[in-house]
Amino acid sequence: MELNASLSLVRPEVILSFSALGLLLVAAWREQAGRLISILSVTALGAAAAFVINFMMNGTNSSAFDGLLVNDAFGNFSKILIFIAAAISLMIAPRFLENAGAMRAEYPVLILLSCVGMGVMVSATDLISLYIGLELQSLSAYVLASFVRSDGRSAEAGLKYFVLGALASGMLLFGASLVYGFAGSTSFAAIGTAMDTEVGLGLIFGIVFILSGLAFKISAAPFHMWTPDVYEGAPTPVTAFFASAPKVAAIALTIRIVLEAFGSQILVWQQIIIAVALMSIIIGAVGAIGQQNLKRLMAYSSINNVGFILIGLATGTEQGISAMLVYLVIYVAMTLGSFVCLMQLKDKDGGYREEFADISGLSKTRPALAAALAIFMFSLAGIPPLFGFWGKLVVFNAAVAAGLLPLAVIGITASVIGAFYYLKVVKVMYFDDAADVIVESDDKVLIWTGGVLAAANSPLGYFAIPALGIWTAYAARALF
Amino acid sequence: MNAADIPVLSIMLAIPVVAAAICLFVRAELARIIALSATLLNLVLGVVLWLYYDPAGAQWQFTESFNVFGPIGWRLGIDGISLTLIMLSVFLMPICIGASWTSIQKRVGEYMAAFLLMETLMIGVFAAQDLLLFYIFFEAGLIPMYLIIGIWGGQDRIYASYKFFLYTLLGSLVMLIAMLWMIQFAGTADIPTLLNTDFPAEAQKWLWFAFFASFAVKMPMWPVHTWLPDAHVQAPTAGSVILAGVLLKMGGYGFLRFSLPMFPEASADFIPLVFGLSMVAVVYTSLVALVQQDMKKLIAYSSVAHMAIVTVGLFTFNQQGIEGAIIVMLSHGLVSGALFLCVGVIYDRLHTREISRYGGLSVNMPKYALLFMLFTMASVGLPGTSGFVGEFLSLSGAYKVSTWATFIATTGIILGAGYMLYLYRRIAFGPQVNADAAAMSDVNGREMWLLAPIGVVVLWMGVYPETFLAPIRRDVATIVARIERAAPVGDSKLKLVDPTTARYRVVHGPEKNVAEGSH
Repeated sequence: MELNASLSLVRPEVILSFSALGLLLVAAWREQAGRLISILSVTALGAAAAFVINFMMNGTNSSAFDGLLVNDAFGNFSKILIFIAAAISLMIAPRFLENAGAMRAEYPVLILLSCVGMGVMVSATDLISLYIGLELQSLSAYVLASFVRSDGRSAEAGLKYFVLGALASGMLLFGASLVYGFAGSTSFAAIGTAMDTEVGLGLIFGIVFILSGLAFKISAAPFHMWTPDVYEGAPTPVTAFFASAPKVAAIALTIRIVLEAFGSQILVWQQIIIAVALMSIIIGAVGAIGQQNLKRLMAYSSINNVGFILIGLATGTEQGISAMLVYLVIYVAMTLGSFVCLMQLKDKDGGYREEFADISGLSKTRPALAAALAIFMFSLAGIPPLFGFWGKLVVFNAAVAAGLLPLAVIGITASVIGAFYYLKVVKVMYFDDAADVIVESDDKVLIWTGGVLAAANSPLGYFAIPALGIWTAYAARALF
Repeated sequence: MNAADIPVLSIMLAIPVVAAAICLFVRAELARIIALSATLLNLVLGVVLWLYYDPAGAQWQFTESFNVFGPIGWRLGIDGISLTLIMLSVFLMPICIGASWTSIQKRVGEYMAAFLLMETLMIGVFAAQDLLLFYIFFEAGLIPMYLIIGIWGGQDRIYASYKFFLYTLLGSLVMLIAMLWMIQFAGTADIPTLLNTDFPAEAQKWLWFAFFASFAVKMPMWPVHTWLPDAHVQAPTAGSVILAGVLLKMGGYGFLRFSLPMFPEASADFIPLVFGLSMVAVVYTSLVALVQQDMKKLIAYSSVAHMAIVTVGLFTFNQQGIEGAIIVMLSHGLVSGALFLCVGVIYDRLHTREISRYGGLSVNMPKYALLFMLFTMASVGLPGTSGFVGEFLSLSGAYKVSTWATFIATTGIILGAGYMLYLYRRIAFGPQVNADAAAMSDVNGREMWLLAPIGVVVLWMGVYPETFLAPIRRDVATIVARIERAAPVGDSKLKLVDPTTARYRVVHGPEKNVAEGSH
């Protein structure tokens, strides 16, 4: 009975696991079933999301498998966001991968398995389940990065990601073993209780190693070095996926472990988070300036954005977590939209372009695409009236409310550096002479997703503010 | 008389946005007509606003309040100060569209859309009654202006557009943090409530500096003015008009709306800083203007000098000074806009802004020379023109606070006469040295329609300024009453207090001023 109760709490993950296994069998019998399996995978994600929404509506908040996992509003909110991001990554991929000759059935299956891992990550309340979820997600991601085997860059990206990812996992495990050794338990709640009284040096070492491992997974500086190479090398739909869903999962995981396990000793981790946040903002901004490749630029942009998101965590308040979730939602919309635009940069011969020189004067030849990309860039830069501004605003508002004024001032000032390279994209598209290499995209899916996401990032997005505020506050309350 | 029930301000904000969206999809000729009709419609609405505005009525009129954006309240409303600045914006917009009628030939639809968006954002800045809403309008103006300078600008347009964008962005981001702090302190983002919130004196200093960082750049004050000459020179004519005419006024408006009434003690403490920077600006930028070879650069530097007189006037803490500062803002908006249009007229013919390429234009372009003369004199501050009223009022207000600052600032008027008359002599008088300049035709009907209305208003404001002072007098008195507790002790020994200004005092009577004067 106990097992049944637990299983009913992880229904979304169960559905996704069985779908992935079943679809793998379909793939074994039908050679060219990539598209069909993609559609079925999106359906499976939809079904899983329906259960998550149901949990959210019922206000479920109970732990499963003897405290290994928890089904609460925070995890469910993150899961919805993850499933949506994964579904979009599935929908935009087929054309691109067919062109690259790599639309195989494994792509949707790997994404589904990755989603199972992410579902476990965001609901893990134990170091063991945390690690299992993280590895399931990461192993799928390593394969996805090198999905286009024929492309040397893709293979290189996969290898780099794997080697550095394994190193980060090692650090995380080492930290986890230290924490276990000094706290006497792997459960977040028990670690939290152990830390209530005093924190020894061993425990601090453990926390630092865990946070370093997690910083790698969310590509926060100074553990960001893999990001540009992997983002550039991986096929663009995969990069879009990396920049959205796994990032949400890893950040949600970080929030949970920091607050539930280490929450009682804010002074121990707050300075680490502040340092990581500021370094990410500055390195992400400065590193992007010299980039010629747009995917590398987006990699630095994601490092930069993670820095802003972590400002919310540094506050350690309910308002801060709620702000992070708002930022994450907007970030997913911005970043997926940017990648959708980049995927439409196709030349006459059907090859994909990703350099600055290729989008020169794009606004003359492809005005709609250029306008959409400009909206995403201004939104990423956080310039009002675009919706990206709201994300930055709530995060900084939380920092000001928590009394972290110096952090807020430095962070917001550094965002001017970031604005510089976002402006460069707009400048190249609007001010420079037309290079005229990009032809009209024939992929209706990309055009529509790009359009919808651009509308969401335009001032129209402001209408979502009240609903977003209510839901994120509800999700954040689950952690306090 | 049910004008109060109609959300006029929201309609004024919506018209340009809708027109901008249409302009993006139609061909050039149609885009021009749509843009012109939309801006004219807004001008009509602006006149309606002016007619129905009751100078003796509630402080905030035409108020609207909708809560659809969560913490960002869609709260609009205007007082007399906002009204005059909105009028300035809607008056200049059709002129800007007209000025771009023939000179802009590439990507007309996008150009018109950018200008129309600009209009919405300008009106929004002056009408917003919510701190965050104000910030959004204030900051969003960067995007269309960046595109206007970058796409349709001159040779170095890219450098200028970056400089404009990043400079002003850096200034306003610090202000955002201060705004967030204020909202948390007061528990509301409602500007009328915040206007009557007393912030702790220590916090005021930091908040004042954060706002100063933004408004001083926007204004622009020396030494953060360097983006302005670049932006002006590179922007297309209409871009310069809107930049000088309205965007610079946002800084002054910000000082008036936020810095002074919200942080009176800090404002009083920093008077020496503001006066010091303004004095440097008046003298330094006037001297720089004197040696310019480029017409637009000269006018741009003269803008910095005029804006310095605005800051002097604003920080006098008395009725005359602040009223004068507002009139200088309005006058400068009209006059410098007109001067940029004058430059545009001859630039369209000869495609150079170099002063030495012209000369003796009064021979072949008599009408042009006459109009140019009018605006030159208004810029110098000749009695009978708008420039005189504003400068006289702000300087006489400043005299009550600091005679030295007034003395230095007044040299700006003499230097102003120097560089403007020198410019006029080199352009309009003297021998016709260049054959192509001598062959230029006089202003045509369209250009006449652009310049003549501004000329009429400039003279109107100069001869009968009461029309423009009436709506702002009571609101200035409200601000003065609010900040009077921190008002500085002047170094001029006044014997008499002007009874006309004392009449509007709300809290303190004129006795206090006598006492102050007798120090």
